[in-house]
Amino acid sequence: MIEKLARSEASSVLLQEVSVSYGMQQAVCKLSLEVRGGEFVCLLGPSGCGKTTLLNVIGGFRSPSCGSVSIDGIAVHGPGADRGVVFQEYALFPWFTVAQNVQYGPRLRGATKSELQEITDHFLGLVRLEEKKHQYPNQLSGGQRQRVAIARALANRPKILLMDEPFGALDAMTREALQEELLRIWETDRRTCIFVTHSIGEAAFLGDIIVIMKSHPGRIHVALENTVPRPRQRTSDAYFAMYRKIDAALRDAHDMRPDSSLAA
Amino acid sequence: MKRDAGNSQQVDALGTPVLSSGQRYLLAFVSILGTLCLWQLATAVGWINEVLLPSPADVIKALIGSILDGSLFKNIAASLLRVIEGFLLATAIAVPLGIAMGVSRTVFGLIDPLLELLRPIPPIAVIPLTILWFGIGELSKVLLIAYGAFFPVLVNTIAGFREVERVHVHAAQALGANRYHIFRDVVLRSALPFIIVGARLGMGMAFIVLVAAELIASNAGLGFMINDARYNFRTDQMFVGMACIGILGFGLNLLLLKIEGRLLRWKTS
Repeated sequence: MIEKLARSEASSVLLQEVSVSYGMQQAVCKLSLEVRGGEFVCLLGPSGCGKTTLLNVIGGFRSPSCGSVSIDGIAVHGPGADRGVVFQEYALFPWFTVAQNVQYGPRLRGATKSELQEITDHFLGLVRLEEKKHQYPNQLSGGQRQRVAIARALANRPKILLMDEPFGALDAMTREALQEELLRIWETDRRTCIFVTHSIGEAAFLGDIIVIMKSHPGRIHVALENTVPRPRQRTSDAYFAMYRKIDAALRDAHDMRPDSSLAA
Repeated sequence: MKRDAGNSQQVDALGTPVLSSGQRYLLAFVSILGTLCLWQLATAVGWINEVLLPSPADVIKALIGSILDGSLFKNIAASLLRVIEGFLLATAIAVPLGIAMGVSRTVFGLIDPLLELLRPIPPIAVIPLTILWFGIGELSKVLLIAYGAFFPVLVNTIAGFREVERVHVHAAQALGANRYHIFRDVVLRSALPFIIVGARLGMGMAFIVLVAAELIASNAGLGFMINDARYNFRTDQMFVGMACIGILGFGLNLLLLKIEGRLLRWKTS
Protein backbone atom coordinates (compact mmCIF):
# COMPACT_ATOMS: atom_id res chain seq x y z
CA MET A 1 0.00 0.00 0.00
CA ILE A 2 2.78 2.37 0.93
CA GLU A 3 4.76 1.46 -2.18
CA LYS A 4 1.88 2.20 -4.48
CA LEU A 5 1.05 5.56 -2.99
CA ALA A 6 4.63 6.65 -2.56
CA ARG A 7 4.93 6.73 -6.35
CA SER A 8 2.06 9.20 -6.55
CA GLU A 9 2.08 11.15 -9.77
CA ALA A 10 3.81 14.43 -9.24
CA SER A 11 1.46 17.39 -9.03
CA SER A 12 1.87 20.84 -10.48
CA VAL A 13 1.08 24.16 -8.79
CA LEU A 14 -0.05 27.27 -10.57
CA LEU A 15 -0.27 30.73 -9.04
CA GLN A 16 -1.86 33.44 -11.15
CA GLU A 17 -1.59 37.12 -10.28
CA VAL A 18 -1.73 36.38 -6.56
CA SER A 19 -1.89 39.36 -4.20
CA VAL A 20 -2.09 39.17 -0.42
CA SER A 21 -2.67 42.09 1.92
CA TYR A 22 -2.41 42.37 5.66
CA GLY A 23 -4.65 45.32 6.42
CA MET A 24 -3.24 48.24 4.46
CA GLN A 25 0.07 46.55 3.76
CA GLN A 26 0.53 44.47 0.68
CA ALA A 27 2.64 41.40 1.46
CA VAL A 28 2.54 39.85 -2.00
CA CYS A 29 1.73 41.72 -5.20
CA LYS A 30 0.46 40.14 -8.44
CA LEU A 31 2.72 37.16 -8.27
CA SER A 32 2.55 34.39 -10.83
CA LEU A 33 4.48 31.17 -10.59
CA GLU A 34 4.28 27.74 -12.11
CA VAL A 35 5.76 24.73 -10.37
CA ARG A 36 5.89 21.69 -12.61
CA GLY A 37 5.27 18.21 -11.30
CA GLY A 38 8.25 16.69 -9.51
CA GLU A 39 10.17 19.93 -9.22
CA PHE A 40 11.99 21.02 -6.11
CA VAL A 41 11.46 24.77 -5.94
CA CYS A 42 13.16 27.00 -3.40
CA LEU A 43 11.66 30.39 -2.54
CA LEU A 44 14.60 32.53 -1.48
CA GLY A 45 14.64 36.00 -0.01
CA PRO A 46 15.19 37.99 3.17
CA SER A 47 12.59 38.26 5.94
CA GLY A 48 9.57 40.26 4.86
CA CYS A 49 9.71 39.36 1.19
CA GLY A 50 6.45 37.44 1.46
CA LYS A 51 7.86 33.96 0.93
CA THR A 52 6.18 32.48 3.98
CA THR A 53 2.96 34.29 3.06
CA LEU A 54 3.18 32.68 -0.36
CA LEU A 55 3.64 29.25 1.17
CA ASN A 56 0.63 29.88 3.44
CA VAL A 57 -1.42 30.76 0.39
CA ILE A 58 -0.43 27.53 -1.35
CA GLY A 59 -1.08 25.65 1.88
CA GLY A 60 -4.55 27.21 2.01
CA PHE A 61 -4.01 28.79 5.44
CA ARG A 62 -4.53 32.23 3.93
CA SER A 63 -6.63 33.13 0.93
CA PRO A 64 -5.21 35.63 -1.54
CA SER A 65 -6.97 38.99 -1.83
CA CYS A 66 -6.76 38.63 -5.61
CA GLY A 67 -5.61 35.96 -7.99
CA SER A 68 -5.87 32.21 -7.90
CA VAL A 69 -3.94 29.19 -6.76
CA SER A 70 -4.52 25.78 -8.27
CA ILE A 71 -3.06 22.34 -7.93
CA ASP A 72 -3.30 20.09 -10.97
CA GLY A 73 -5.80 22.59 -12.33
CA ILE A 74 -8.08 22.47 -9.28
CA ALA A 75 -8.45 25.69 -7.32
CA VAL A 76 -7.22 25.70 -3.73
CA HIS A 77 -9.81 26.49 -1.06
CA GLY A 78 -8.40 26.05 2.42
CA PRO A 79 -5.86 23.58 3.75
CA GLY A 80 -6.00 19.95 2.75
CA ALA A 81 -4.26 16.65 3.13
CA ASP A 82 -2.99 16.80 -0.47
CA ARG A 83 -0.39 19.34 0.68
CA GLY A 84 1.91 18.16 3.43
CA VAL A 85 3.49 20.96 5.42
CA VAL A 86 6.66 21.06 7.48
CA PHE A 87 6.72 24.22 9.54
CA GLN A 88 9.45 26.52 10.73
CA GLU A 89 8.77 26.05 14.41
CA TYR A 90 8.33 22.78 16.12
CA ALA A 91 4.81 22.06 15.03
CA LEU A 92 4.70 18.51 16.32
CA PHE A 93 1.85 17.92 18.75
CA PRO A 94 3.69 17.83 22.08
CA TRP A 95 0.91 15.80 23.72
CA PHE A 96 1.29 12.93 21.25
CA THR A 97 4.18 10.50 21.08
CA VAL A 98 6.39 10.41 18.02
CA ALA A 99 4.40 7.46 16.66
CA GLN A 100 1.05 9.18 17.34
CA ASN A 101 2.27 12.28 15.52
CA VAL A 102 3.32 10.30 12.46
CA GLN A 103 0.04 8.34 12.47
CA TYR A 104 -2.17 11.37 12.89
CA GLY A 105 -3.15 11.98 9.26
CA PRO A 106 -3.71 8.33 8.32
CA ARG A 107 -5.64 7.77 11.56
CA LEU A 108 -8.07 10.58 10.72
CA ARG A 109 -8.68 8.88 7.40
CA GLY A 110 -9.58 5.66 9.19
CA ALA A 111 -6.51 3.52 8.63
CA THR A 112 -6.60 0.21 10.51
CA LYS A 113 -4.33 -0.59 13.42
CA SER A 114 -2.01 -2.77 11.36
CA GLU A 115 -1.84 -0.15 8.62
CA LEU A 116 -0.95 2.50 11.18
CA GLN A 117 1.75 0.22 12.54
CA GLU A 118 3.15 -0.27 9.05
CA ILE A 119 3.03 3.44 8.24
CA THR A 120 4.78 4.39 11.48
CA ASP A 121 7.56 1.89 10.98
CA HIS A 122 8.03 2.80 7.34
CA PHE A 123 8.16 6.55 7.70
CA LEU A 124 10.08 6.65 10.96
CA GLY A 125 12.49 4.26 9.29
CA LEU A 126 12.82 6.72 6.44
CA VAL A 127 14.07 9.40 8.83
CA ARG A 128 15.94 6.80 10.94
CA LEU A 129 14.04 7.39 14.16
CA GLU A 130 12.28 4.06 14.71
CA GLU A 131 13.72 3.77 18.20
CA LYS A 132 12.13 7.07 19.29
CA LYS A 133 8.61 5.87 18.50
CA HIS A 134 7.30 5.96 22.06
CA GLN A 135 8.97 9.19 23.15
CA TYR A 136 7.37 12.60 23.34
CA PRO A 137 8.60 15.48 21.16
CA ASN A 138 10.10 17.31 24.13
CA GLN A 139 12.45 14.39 24.64
CA LEU A 140 13.95 14.87 21.17
CA SER A 141 16.59 17.27 19.87
CA GLY A 142 15.62 20.00 17.40
CA GLY A 143 16.95 18.01 14.46
CA GLN A 144 15.11 14.87 15.52
CA ARG A 145 11.87 16.82 15.88
CA GLN A 146 12.11 18.17 12.36
CA ARG A 147 12.83 14.67 11.06
CA VAL A 148 9.65 13.48 12.79
CA ALA A 149 7.82 16.46 11.27
CA ILE A 150 9.00 15.39 7.81
CA ALA A 151 7.93 11.80 8.52
CA ARG A 152 4.53 13.04 9.72
CA ALA A 153 3.99 15.08 6.55
CA LEU A 154 5.11 12.22 4.29
CA ALA A 155 3.07 9.59 6.16
CA ASN A 156 -0.06 11.36 5.00
CA ARG A 157 1.11 10.76 1.42
CA PRO A 158 0.62 14.32 0.19
CA LYS A 159 0.88 15.19 -3.48
CA ILE A 160 3.02 18.19 -2.66
CA LEU A 161 5.41 18.92 0.17
CA LEU A 162 5.51 22.50 1.46
CA MET A 163 8.39 23.41 3.74
CA ASP A 164 8.70 26.70 5.58
CA GLU A 165 12.33 27.18 6.64
CA PRO A 166 12.17 23.79 8.31
CA PHE A 167 15.85 23.76 9.24
CA GLY A 168 16.14 27.45 10.13
CA ALA A 169 16.40 26.88 13.88
CA LEU A 170 18.99 24.12 13.68
CA ASP A 171 22.73 24.38 14.06
CA ALA A 172 24.74 24.40 10.84
CA MET A 173 25.90 20.81 10.97
CA THR A 174 22.51 19.32 11.83
CA ARG A 175 21.02 21.48 9.11
CA GLU A 176 23.36 20.08 6.47
CA ALA A 177 22.70 16.54 7.61
CA LEU A 178 18.95 17.11 7.34
CA GLN A 179 19.25 18.69 3.91
CA GLU A 180 21.05 15.57 2.74
CA GLU A 181 18.45 13.35 4.38
CA LEU A 182 15.63 15.31 2.76
CA LEU A 183 17.22 14.97 -0.68
CA ARG A 184 17.74 11.25 -0.16
CA ILE A 185 14.03 10.85 0.61
CA TRP A 186 12.93 13.23 -2.14
CA GLU A 187 14.98 11.41 -4.75
CA THR A 188 13.12 8.15 -4.13
CA ASP A 189 9.86 9.55 -5.52
CA ARG A 190 10.56 13.11 -6.77
CA ARG A 191 7.48 14.55 -5.20
CA THR A 192 6.75 18.20 -5.98
CA CYS A 193 8.36 20.24 -3.23
CA ILE A 194 8.24 23.93 -2.39
CA PHE A 195 10.84 24.97 0.12
CA VAL A 196 11.12 28.40 1.71
CA THR A 197 14.57 29.47 2.85
CA HIS A 198 16.76 32.52 3.41
CA SER A 199 19.95 30.55 2.95
CA ILE A 200 21.66 30.74 -0.42
CA GLY A 201 23.61 27.55 0.31
CA GLU A 202 20.45 25.66 1.17
CA ALA A 203 18.75 26.77 -2.04
CA ALA A 204 21.79 25.91 -4.15
CA PHE A 205 22.06 22.51 -2.55
CA LEU A 206 18.37 21.52 -2.67
CA GLY A 207 16.46 23.28 -5.43
CA ASP A 208 15.87 22.57 -9.11
CA ILE A 209 14.51 26.07 -9.47
CA ILE A 210 15.43 28.95 -7.20
CA VAL A 211 12.86 31.70 -7.08
CA ILE A 212 14.46 34.90 -5.85
CA MET A 213 12.02 37.29 -4.25
CA LYS A 214 11.96 41.05 -3.78
CA SER A 215 10.49 42.84 -0.78
CA HIS A 216 7.83 45.53 -0.19
CA PRO A 217 5.68 44.24 -1.67
CA GLY A 218 6.73 40.63 -2.18
CA ARG A 219 7.20 39.68 -5.80
CA ILE A 220 9.45 37.51 -7.92
CA HIS A 221 12.72 39.04 -9.03
CA VAL A 222 13.94 36.11 -11.06
CA ALA A 223 13.66 32.33 -11.17
CA LEU A 224 16.99 30.62 -11.69
CA GLU A 225 17.45 27.09 -12.87
CA ASN A 226 19.89 25.23 -10.69
CA THR A 227 22.46 23.72 -13.01
CA VAL A 228 24.42 21.80 -10.40
CA PRO A 229 24.13 18.12 -11.34
CA ARG A 230 22.73 15.69 -8.76
CA PRO A 231 24.03 14.17 -6.56
CA ARG A 232 25.33 17.53 -5.41
CA GLN A 233 28.49 18.21 -3.51
CA ARG A 234 28.94 21.29 -1.41
CA THR A 235 32.57 21.52 -2.39
CA SER A 236 32.15 21.21 -6.15
CA ASP A 237 32.97 24.06 -8.50
CA ALA A 238 29.49 23.82 -10.01
CA TYR A 239 27.98 24.37 -6.57
CA PHE A 240 30.16 27.44 -5.90
CA ALA A 241 29.35 28.86 -9.32
CA MET A 242 25.64 28.45 -8.61
CA TYR A 243 26.09 30.00 -5.18
CA ARG A 244 27.70 33.07 -6.75
CA LYS A 245 24.96 33.31 -9.34
CA ILE A 246 22.23 33.19 -6.70
CA ASP A 247 24.09 35.66 -4.52
CA ALA A 248 24.46 38.13 -7.37
CA ALA A 249 20.78 37.85 -8.26
CA LEU A 250 19.77 38.31 -4.64
CA ARG A 251 21.98 41.40 -4.28
CA ASP A 252 20.56 42.75 -7.50
CA ALA A 253 17.02 42.19 -6.21
CA HIS A 254 17.70 44.08 -3.00
CA ASP A 255 19.93 46.83 -4.39
CA MET A 256 22.99 45.72 -2.52
CA ARG A 257 26.49 46.15 -3.81
CA PRO A 258 28.00 43.05 -5.38
CA ASP A 259 30.23 41.16 -2.98
CA SER A 260 33.75 41.84 -4.26
CA SER A 261 35.19 38.81 -2.54
CA LEU A 262 32.78 36.57 -4.41
CA ALA A 263 33.04 38.27 -7.79
CA ALA A 264 34.84 35.76 -9.94
CA MET B 1 17.29 13.21 27.50
CA LYS B 2 18.25 14.58 30.86
CA ARG B 3 20.83 17.25 30.44
CA ASP B 4 22.28 16.98 33.91
CA ALA B 5 22.38 13.22 34.01
CA GLY B 6 25.73 11.99 35.19
CA ASN B 7 26.64 15.03 37.25
CA SER B 8 27.42 13.78 40.73
CA GLN B 9 26.78 17.16 42.36
CA GLN B 10 23.83 19.11 40.98
CA VAL B 11 23.62 22.83 41.55
CA ASP B 12 20.87 25.32 40.73
CA ALA B 13 21.26 28.57 38.81
CA LEU B 14 22.75 30.30 41.86
CA GLY B 15 25.30 27.55 42.42
CA THR B 16 23.57 26.21 45.54
CA PRO B 17 23.84 22.42 45.74
CA VAL B 18 20.57 20.60 45.09
CA LEU B 19 19.55 18.16 47.85
CA SER B 20 18.71 14.52 47.26
CA SER B 21 15.20 13.36 48.14
CA GLY B 22 16.59 11.50 51.17
CA GLN B 23 18.17 14.70 52.43
CA ARG B 24 14.93 16.60 51.88
CA TYR B 25 12.90 14.03 53.84
CA LEU B 26 15.42 14.18 56.67
CA LEU B 27 15.12 17.97 56.84
CA ALA B 28 11.32 17.78 56.80
CA PHE B 29 11.42 15.24 59.62
CA VAL B 30 13.80 17.34 61.70
CA SER B 31 11.73 20.46 61.16
CA ILE B 32 8.40 18.90 62.17
CA LEU B 33 9.77 16.89 65.08
CA GLY B 34 11.77 19.89 66.33
CA THR B 35 8.70 22.11 66.32
CA LEU B 36 6.66 19.52 68.21
CA CYS B 37 9.39 19.12 70.84
CA LEU B 38 9.68 22.86 71.31
CA TRP B 39 5.91 23.13 71.59
CA GLN B 40 5.71 20.32 74.17
CA LEU B 41 8.53 21.93 76.12
CA ALA B 42 6.88 25.37 76.08
CA THR B 43 3.66 24.03 77.56
CA ALA B 44 5.33 21.59 79.99
CA VAL B 45 7.57 24.29 81.47
CA GLY B 46 4.60 26.62 81.70
CA TRP B 47 5.74 29.40 79.41
CA ILE B 48 2.31 29.37 77.85
CA ASN B 49 -1.08 28.86 79.46
CA GLU B 50 -2.09 25.31 78.66
CA VAL B 51 -5.73 26.25 78.28
CA LEU B 52 -4.88 28.56 75.39
CA LEU B 53 -2.20 26.36 73.85
CA PRO B 54 -2.61 22.68 74.68
CA SER B 55 0.47 20.49 74.52
CA PRO B 56 0.94 18.11 71.59
CA ALA B 57 0.24 15.25 73.96
CA ASP B 58 -3.13 16.78 74.89
CA VAL B 59 -3.97 17.26 71.22
CA ILE B 60 -3.21 13.62 70.56
CA LYS B 61 -5.38 12.64 73.51
CA ALA B 62 -8.22 14.75 72.11
CA LEU B 63 -7.64 13.17 68.70
CA ILE B 64 -7.96 9.67 70.14
CA GLY B 65 -11.05 10.73 72.06
CA SER B 66 -12.78 12.10 68.99
CA ILE B 67 -11.87 9.02 67.00
CA LEU B 68 -13.27 6.74 69.69
CA ASP B 69 -16.59 8.54 70.03
CA GLY B 70 -16.96 8.61 66.24
CA SER B 71 -17.35 12.37 66.03
CA LEU B 72 -14.12 12.96 64.09
CA PHE B 73 -15.00 10.67 61.21
CA LYS B 74 -18.53 12.02 61.09
CA ASN B 75 -17.15 15.55 60.78
CA ILE B 76 -14.47 14.62 58.25
CA ALA B 77 -17.03 12.78 56.13
CA ALA B 78 -19.42 15.74 56.23
CA SER B 79 -16.71 18.20 55.18
CA LEU B 80 -15.20 15.97 52.53
CA LEU B 81 -18.57 15.30 50.95
CA ARG B 82 -19.35 19.02 50.78
CA VAL B 83 -15.99 19.91 49.26
CA ILE B 84 -16.25 17.22 46.64
CA GLU B 85 -19.86 18.03 45.77
CA GLY B 86 -19.17 21.75 45.54
CA PHE B 87 -15.99 21.24 43.59
CA LEU B 88 -17.59 18.88 41.10
CA LEU B 89 -20.54 21.22 40.65
CA ALA B 90 -18.20 24.14 40.01
CA THR B 91 -16.10 22.17 37.54
CA ALA B 92 -19.15 20.81 35.75
CA ILE B 93 -20.32 24.36 35.05
CA ALA B 94 -17.02 26.23 34.72
CA VAL B 95 -15.28 23.93 32.22
CA PRO B 96 -18.05 23.87 29.59
CA LEU B 97 -18.67 27.58 30.07
CA GLY B 98 -14.94 28.28 29.79
CA ILE B 99 -14.80 26.22 26.61
CA ALA B 100 -17.75 28.12 25.16
CA MET B 101 -16.12 31.44 26.12
CA GLY B 102 -12.77 30.33 24.74
CA VAL B 103 -14.22 29.17 21.45
CA SER B 104 -16.77 31.92 20.80
CA ARG B 105 -15.90 35.59 21.08
CA THR B 106 -19.59 36.44 21.25
CA VAL B 107 -20.17 34.23 24.28
CA PHE B 108 -17.02 35.67 25.81
CA GLY B 109 -18.23 39.23 25.19
CA LEU B 110 -21.58 38.45 26.80
CA ILE B 111 -20.37 36.64 29.90
CA ASP B 112 -17.04 38.28 30.66
CA PRO B 113 -18.39 41.64 31.95
CA LEU B 114 -20.60 39.80 34.47
CA LEU B 115 -17.68 37.69 35.60
CA GLU B 116 -15.42 40.68 36.07
CA LEU B 117 -18.07 42.25 38.31
CA LEU B 118 -18.74 39.13 40.34
CA ARG B 119 -15.20 37.84 40.63
CA PRO B 120 -13.92 40.38 43.17
CA ILE B 121 -16.73 39.51 45.60
CA PRO B 122 -15.18 37.02 48.02
CA PRO B 123 -17.33 33.93 48.58
CA ILE B 124 -17.32 34.70 52.31
CA ALA B 125 -19.22 37.94 51.62
CA VAL B 126 -21.95 35.87 50.02
CA ILE B 127 -22.46 33.61 53.05
CA PRO B 128 -25.20 35.68 54.78
CA LEU B 129 -27.23 35.91 51.58
CA THR B 130 -26.83 32.21 50.94
CA ILE B 131 -28.12 31.44 54.42
CA LEU B 132 -31.20 33.60 53.81
CA TRP B 133 -31.86 32.02 50.45
CA PHE B 134 -31.00 28.39 51.09
CA GLY B 135 -30.94 28.04 54.88
CA ILE B 136 -28.13 26.46 56.83
CA GLY B 137 -28.48 23.00 55.32
CA GLU B 138 -26.23 21.15 52.92
CA LEU B 139 -27.45 23.01 49.85
CA SER B 140 -26.20 26.42 50.95
CA LYS B 141 -22.77 25.03 51.82
CA VAL B 142 -22.36 23.14 48.59
CA LEU B 143 -23.42 26.18 46.58
CA LEU B 144 -21.00 28.43 48.45
CA ILE B 145 -18.13 26.04 47.84
CA ALA B 146 -19.08 25.77 44.21
CA TYR B 147 -19.13 29.55 43.95
CA GLY B 148 -15.65 29.75 45.44
CA ALA B 149 -14.19 27.06 43.21
CA PHE B 150 -15.97 28.28 40.10
CA PHE B 151 -13.85 31.32 39.20
CA PRO B 152 -10.38 29.80 39.34
CA VAL B 153 -11.52 26.90 37.15
CA LEU B 154 -13.31 29.18 34.69
CA VAL B 155 -10.59 31.80 34.36
CA ASN B 156 -7.92 29.17 33.77
CA THR B 157 -10.04 27.27 31.28
CA ILE B 158 -10.52 30.43 29.23
CA ALA B 159 -6.81 31.22 29.48
CA GLY B 160 -6.04 27.71 28.25
CA PHE B 161 -8.03 28.24 25.10
CA ARG B 162 -6.15 31.45 24.41
CA GLU B 163 -2.90 29.47 24.44
CA VAL B 164 -3.69 27.34 21.41
CA GLU B 165 -0.81 27.66 18.95
CA ARG B 166 -1.75 28.59 15.43
CA VAL B 167 0.95 26.33 14.05
CA HIS B 168 -0.62 23.30 15.73
CA VAL B 169 -3.99 24.14 14.20
CA HIS B 170 -2.38 24.57 10.78
CA ALA B 171 -0.45 21.32 11.16
CA ALA B 172 -3.66 19.45 11.98
CA GLN B 173 -5.49 21.05 9.05
CA ALA B 174 -2.71 20.10 6.65
CA LEU B 175 -3.05 16.51 7.86
CA GLY B 176 -6.74 16.50 7.02
CA ALA B 177 -8.33 17.45 10.36
CA ASN B 178 -11.82 18.98 10.38
CA ARG B 179 -13.13 21.39 13.00
CA TYR B 180 -14.15 18.62 15.37
CA HIS B 181 -10.74 16.93 15.11
CA ILE B 182 -9.00 20.23 15.74
CA PHE B 183 -11.11 20.83 18.82
CA ARG B 184 -10.50 17.34 20.19
CA ASP B 185 -6.84 16.90 19.28
CA VAL B 186 -5.44 20.41 19.43
CA VAL B 187 -7.64 22.89 21.30
CA LEU B 188 -8.64 20.66 24.19
CA ARG B 189 -5.16 19.19 24.48
CA SER B 190 -3.55 22.63 24.62
CA ALA B 191 -6.03 23.87 27.21
CA LEU B 192 -5.82 20.82 29.47
CA PRO B 193 -2.76 21.92 31.49
CA PHE B 194 -4.51 25.20 32.30
CA ILE B 195 -7.78 23.50 33.21
CA ILE B 196 -5.90 21.28 35.63
CA VAL B 197 -4.13 24.22 37.25
CA GLY B 198 -7.55 25.87 37.58
CA ALA B 199 -8.92 22.74 39.22
CA ARG B 200 -6.14 22.77 41.80
CA LEU B 201 -6.65 26.43 42.59
CA GLY B 202 -10.40 25.82 42.72
CA MET B 203 -9.91 22.98 45.18
CA GLY B 204 -7.86 25.27 47.43
CA MET B 205 -10.61 27.87 47.29
CA ALA B 206 -13.27 25.23 48.00
CA PHE B 207 -11.49 24.42 51.24
CA ILE B 208 -11.32 27.99 52.40
CA VAL B 209 -15.01 28.52 51.70
CA LEU B 210 -15.93 25.20 53.31
CA VAL B 211 -14.40 26.08 56.64
CA ALA B 212 -15.81 29.61 56.60
CA ALA B 213 -19.30 28.33 55.84
CA GLU B 214 -19.10 25.65 58.49
CA LEU B 215 -17.84 28.10 61.10
CA ILE B 216 -20.80 30.35 60.57
CA ALA B 217 -23.67 27.96 60.21
CA SER B 218 -23.67 24.21 60.40
CA ASN B 219 -24.15 21.24 62.65
CA ALA B 220 -21.43 18.96 61.33
CA GLY B 221 -18.05 19.19 59.65
CA LEU B 222 -14.55 20.18 60.63
CA GLY B 223 -15.36 23.89 60.72
CA PHE B 224 -18.30 23.13 63.00
CA MET B 225 -16.01 21.00 65.18
CA ILE B 226 -13.60 23.91 65.64
CA ASN B 227 -16.34 26.39 66.41
CA ASP B 228 -18.11 23.98 68.75
CA ALA B 229 -14.85 23.43 70.64
CA ARG B 230 -14.63 27.18 71.18
CA TYR B 231 -17.94 27.17 73.10
CA ASN B 232 -16.58 24.43 75.35
CA PHE B 233 -13.14 26.01 75.63
CA ARG B 234 -11.61 22.84 74.19
CA THR B 235 -8.55 24.25 72.44
CA ASP B 236 -7.19 20.71 72.10
CA GLN B 237 -10.18 19.80 69.93
CA MET B 238 -9.71 22.95 67.89
CA PHE B 239 -6.20 21.82 67.11
CA VAL B 240 -7.44 18.39 66.08
CA GLY B 241 -9.92 20.03 63.70
CA MET B 242 -7.32 22.38 62.26
CA ALA B 243 -4.82 19.58 61.75
CA CYS B 244 -7.45 17.48 59.98
CA ILE B 245 -8.28 20.32 57.61
CA GLY B 246 -4.60 20.73 56.83
CA ILE B 247 -4.08 17.03 56.19
CA LEU B 248 -7.25 16.75 54.10
CA GLY B 249 -6.30 19.73 51.93
CA PHE B 250 -2.80 18.39 51.49
CA GLY B 251 -4.15 14.98 50.53
CA LEU B 252 -6.63 16.33 47.98
CA ASN B 253 -3.95 18.51 46.39
CA LEU B 254 -1.67 15.47 46.18
CA LEU B 255 -4.45 13.53 44.49
CA LEU B 256 -4.94 16.28 41.90
CA LEU B 257 -1.18 16.44 41.32
CA LYS B 258 -1.20 12.70 40.66
CA ILE B 259 -4.03 13.09 38.15
CA GLU B 260 -2.16 15.99 36.56
CA GLY B 261 0.99 13.90 36.21
CA ARG B 262 -1.03 11.14 34.57
CA LEU B 263 -2.77 13.45 32.10
CA LEU B 264 0.24 15.60 31.29
CA ARG B 265 2.89 12.92 30.94
CA TRP B 266 4.06 14.59 27.74
CA LYS B 267 5.09 17.71 29.67
CA THR B 268 7.09 16.08 32.41
CA SER B 269 8.68 13.13 30.66
